[in-house]
Amino acid sequence: MAEPVLAVDNLATHFFTRDGVVKSVDGVSFTVAPGEVLGLVGESGSGKSVTGFSIMGLIDPPGRIVSGSIRLKGEELVGRTEAEMRAVRGRSLAMIFQDPMMTLNPVLRIDTQMMEAVHAHEKVSEKAARDRAVQALAQVGIPSPEERLSAYPHQFSGGMRQRVAIAIALIHRPALIIADEPTTALDVTIQSQILAEVQKLCAESGTALVWITHDLAVVAGLADRVAVMYAGRIVEQGRVDDVLDRPLHPYTHGLIGSVPGEAMPGKRLAQIPGSTPSLGRLPPGCAFEPRCSRAVEACRAGAPPLAEGPQGRAYRCINPVPAEEAA
Amino acid sequence: MLAFVIRRLAQAFFVVVAMVVLVFFGTYVIGDPVWMMVPGDATQEQVEEVRRTFGFDQPVYMQFLTFLGDVLRGEFGRSYVHGSSAIGLILDRMPATLELALAALILAIVIGIPLGLFAGLKPDHPVSRGIMAVSILGFSLPTFWVGLMLIMLFSVMLGWLPATGRGPVISILGIETSLFSLEGWRHLFLPALNLALLKISLVIRLTRSGAREASLQDYVKFARAKGLSPRRIIGVHILKNIMIPIVTVLGLEFGSLVAFSVVTETIFAWPGMGKLLLEAIQRLDRPLIVGYVMVVVLLFVTINLIVDILYSALDPRVRLTGSQS
Repeated sequence: MAEPVLAVDNLATHFFTRDGVVKSVDGVSFTVAPGEVLGLVGESGSGKSVTGFSIMGLIDPPGRIVSGSIRLKGEELVGRTEAEMRAVRGRSLAMIFQDPMMTLNPVLRIDTQMMEAVHAHEKVSEKAARDRAVQALAQVGIPSPEERLSAYPHQFSGGMRQRVAIAIALIHRPALIIADEPTTALDVTIQSQILAEVQKLCAESGTALVWITHDLAVVAGLADRVAVMYAGRIVEQGRVDDVLDRPLHPYTHGLIGSVPGEAMPGKRLAQIPGSTPSLGRLPPGCAFEPRCSRAVEACRAGAPPLAEGPQGRAYRCINPVPAEEAA
Repeated sequence: MLAFVIRRLAQAFFVVVAMVVLVFFGTYVIGDPVWMMVPGDATQEQVEEVRRTFGFDQPVYMQFLTFLGDVLRGEFGRSYVHGSSAIGLILDRMPATLELALAALILAIVIGIPLGLFAGLKPDHPVSRGIMAVSILGFSLPTFWVGLMLIMLFSVMLGWLPATGRGPVISILGIETSLFSLEGWRHLFLPALNLALLKISLVIRLTRSGAREASLQDYVKFARAKGLSPRRIIGVHILKNIMIPIVTVLGLEFGSLVAFSVVTETIFAWPGMGKLLLEAIQRLDRPLIVGYVMVVVLLFVTINLIVDILYSALDPRVRLTGSQS
């Protein structure tokens, strides 16, 4: 395997609040190969967005990366100064956000927002920056980009705005884009358009993608590999077909069961009982144990160790789902 | 845009009409100015004579119609005390007051916005807490007391700045101003600071809450993810967003700076409109009071109009609705 674009090793990001330490991300490890798409899946509060922001170096106090390592193309990002991180952000590492209504500044024109992204990393003329912006807009499928460039964000639809945000993220041809639920706020039809667009653009430019989502259907269609997060930890990861066809962790199994398309018509939808635990007060053993139908006494004793299988398959469970149930 | 301006102008016209009516009857009921004009030992005949000269013997509606006619000609009668045209007196004094208000406004912006930004972006910094504490003082200390303290500190104890009066004036394009000499600025600084104090506190609080809100927005995170420098994020992305409420409030406050410069002008013996008004009220000088109020009304209406137009220049979403109508 080629050297990974991104190697996250034992990352821990904690928030030091008045009510105690919130361990949003606690010992997360994964790698992303060049051009690969990794789906990072989990419920709200599972730490998937915090993982994304940690990689970007955008964790603000009271949050802090307390330990672990994040290497981008072999270079360590943890411990860099703000100025050093700024040179990386937007250049070799870009991010797309969830709500396209909020990510573009409402009072600045599109050209301002695109050209400043160019100027942030390259000393080029206004003209050259403008040309780059036009190209980038055309690339993401915005019709008559020269004219649209002088428009304000409110004159675009949600899908168009997300295309603009993607164009900005792609403007320096980054090695890796972190996409934090970028299609969740969009209509289903627009969602699939954007997905197809991103997939095509990343394949063209060899950009790797970490796609943060709670939508397994999106992951199934887009990702090469998937990592499932629960309560700040990755509980299962592997190739997307392997994990979705044959989940080993009861939580992954439950997630797949919760997708409406999987249920028989007329039957009640399967659901995972309860809700994600408060990260400030995790149980001593497996964090999923209180909601788990397969919990045994040993689950309460301590956090389950990582079990590793072939082809990057890994899971944290001492009583995994047997093959006959998984199907 | 044009339709928007015309609609606003029509609204402004009705405001002015309503104010004309209110001002006339408001001053009419204050009292009979004749007794302020005649000597204490005047005979009944002499009083009647004065009454006839000024038209006070006419019924109310006749007096109102005469007043309306005057207003349409831009006249508010002659000042009972000074004997010259009321509006002339006011306009004579207006540059001094506008100068003071403008200087106060500039101080409010130049001091208020940077301090507010700092306090908003670093809310837990001890300096921020200090700024906020001082701004509470700015809100709650009475203007006249602060004025006296400023005089005591800078004029009496330190002797740096003059305590009263206005510096030498130069006529530029027909406007008398003291803004073009060092001596003028030395005279202007203390009263302007005194008048600005409340507005500085206001701008600090507005800027701080705006900056705190804006810095949590996704567009700021996205701007950071683009690798922009903090200077660009604060100076362009955040500042342009929070300027909308600040411009609105400051615009409206400029009117009140003019109208309420009365206290500051009195303390610093600043020869402006406010001082004139105070004297006019003491002597029940009706034309002068009416003239002053009308000038301030016109000022407010004009400022509101300018603020609306500025607002649409700052916020593109406002511009769109304006052009659609």
